[in-house]
Amino acid sequence: MALISVKALTRVFDASKPWLNRVIERRGKSFLTAVSDVDFEVAERSTYALVGESGSGKSTIGRMLVGLLTPTSGTVEINGVNLATETDARKIDVIRSDIQMIFQDPFASLNPRWRVGDIIVEPVVARGGDASGLAEKLLEQVGLSALDAGKFPHEFSGGQRQRICIARALSSEPKLIVCDEPTSALDVSVQAQVLNLMSDLKDNYGLTYVLISHDLTVVQHMADRIGVLYLGRLVEEASPEDLFARTKHPYTKMLLEAAPRMDGFGREAELPEGEIPDPINPPTGCAFHPRCPISTDICRTERPPMRSLNKTRVACHLAEE
Amino acid sequence: MSDTVLSIRELSVEIPTHTGIVKPVDGVSYDICAGEILGIVGESGAGKSMAGNAVIGLLSPPAHIAAGEIWLNGSRIDALEGEDMRRLRGKQIGMVFQDPLTSLNPLLSIGDQLTETMLTHLDISRGEADRRAIAALEEVGIPGAAERIDSYPHEFSGGMRQRVVIALALCAEPSLIIADEPTTALDVSVQAQIIALLKRLCRDRGTAVMLITHDMGVIAEAADRVGVMYAGRLVELGAVRDVLTAPQHPYTHGLMASTPLASQGKARLHQIEGAMPRLNKVPEGCPFHPRCAYARDKCRVAPGPKIADGRTACWFPLVAEKAS
Repeated sequence: MALISVKALTRVFDASKPWLNRVIERRGKSFLTAVSDVDFEVAERSTYALVGESGSGKSTIGRMLVGLLTPTSGTVEINGVNLATETDARKIDVIRSDIQMIFQDPFASLNPRWRVGDIIVEPVVARGGDASGLAEKLLEQVGLSALDAGKFPHEFSGGQRQRICIARALSSEPKLIVCDEPTSALDVSVQAQVLNLMSDLKDNYGLTYVLISHDLTVVQHMADRIGVLYLGRLVEEASPEDLFARTKHPYTKMLLEAAPRMDGFGREAELPEGEIPDPINPPTGCAFHPRCPISTDICRTERPPMRSLNKTRVACHLAEE
Repeated sequence: MSDTVLSIRELSVEIPTHTGIVKPVDGVSYDICAGEILGIVGESGAGKSMAGNAVIGLLSPPAHIAAGEIWLNGSRIDALEGEDMRRLRGKQIGMVFQDPLTSLNPLLSIGDQLTETMLTHLDISRGEADRRAIAALEEVGIPGAAERIDSYPHEFSGGMRQRVVIALALCAEPSLIIADEPTTALDVSVQAQIIALLKRLCRDRGTAVMLITHDMGVIAEAADRVGVMYAGRLVELGAVRDVLTAPQHPYTHGLMASTPLASQGKARLHQIEGAMPRLNKVPEGCPFHPRCAYARDKCRVAPGPKIADGRTACWFPLVAEKAS
């Protein structure tokens, strides 16, 4: 059964200048569509990864999943409950405690004035639960010492802080953890430790992860299903095996070709054309057509619908099995 | 080596603190030849940027060069100060930093920044400088260079800004470029463009490049040789293919194994236990020994052998089959 079901999810931000500037410069309002018509489902106890470059809307989707942002249109249902429209306070309460989030920067996401033990049990204490001994137990679960509960965040390194963030996310016994670039700020050897820890915890606690990342190797290692985003649109969704071996969308192909490879000695990569367009004025039709090597007339005028090809979903007019 | 551009000998950088002296760079030696790209790789705090900053004289006090020599094109530059150093910077050494926005002046158009650099270091006329500025922007792949010469840095995207920074670093025709994490702030597709640009320009002009990065993939694709740093020391140095496919130092081996690879699927990642020591607590002997699976008694007392002709600063280098 799907734990998360996202339908036609869209989020628009108002990127207008202040009203006085608009009057003087005689300009209208401008809107930035960060997420546009995105559909996907996440099965329980799986890892769903969202990948994309900056401005692709992956973090915005993550924030809408946990309820930090409300969708402009479309729905996010978690266990059948839509947090944005649900009126039954009890249902909301239950779902909320099932969702946790881990952020990218472990230096900004821990309160420097709180002791680590207090930070970890906060999600439980805030709901009036009993938290005695919980922090110590969780610290040992994530590979730190129970004695660390009395310390402050500044006494820990980046990798250790990310472990504390993970312990905090676990304390309310969630079903779903949204991880927004959990290892981007960490060194390779520390990243390996944190990724291994995340895999172990997933098995032990039966967790579902939504993993947001720009790093294709991390995503390939962790995910059961991968959604590739470009300019706020889902362009391809597949299992890691299909995505890397039987790539359908030209953007995904470009991304895979451009990513540096450990065995690519002296490789002259086929260089991607151009850069990501301005999301305030995205190209018509398929958003990728100005950079696409195989685009045709239909790509310039019509936005490609999401199609299913074998087990892959792809939004491209020209993709074939 | 015949045309060595930069030669660093036993370089040590020290920072006095109230708890004692820390050594972010400790006895590092390497050479870079003309037209060669030397990758310097390491995790944060390994001292890779500090070594680059020492070469270009940008160490911020109280950090200072405590020992060793730096030779550029046959003259010694580690003791240069003030005006002499300023002449060298920009003219003979170009620098590309991680964040292109902070390395450009937001109040000057990019054309002015390019011509200013050229007029300072080259003996050319104003008109000639203007002409060369446009040529430089065309060379780094900025479309409509002649029209965009009067644009300001904020009018460019991140990738285009980094192209401008590269044009700026190369415009006085230096013999050495120090690129400190030049693509870390950029997206994957733009990163590929910038790396290719850097490779092409330096090969064409015979410029030596010190490419400092934490990304092994970038090193594999761009560098000719690679030096691996750990806790301020160079632990392995060699041709990029040799070091990456058959690492001899246990740290390099661990670093390679902990990077997720396409081929290994969902298998558990290799972990190097623990973390890099803080610089005020670097252990005796080989700095890596507390985390090293192969450490023996000798490693705990004697710092690793010097990398002179050999590849690695390890007493017991891994042989190929153990490393695989």
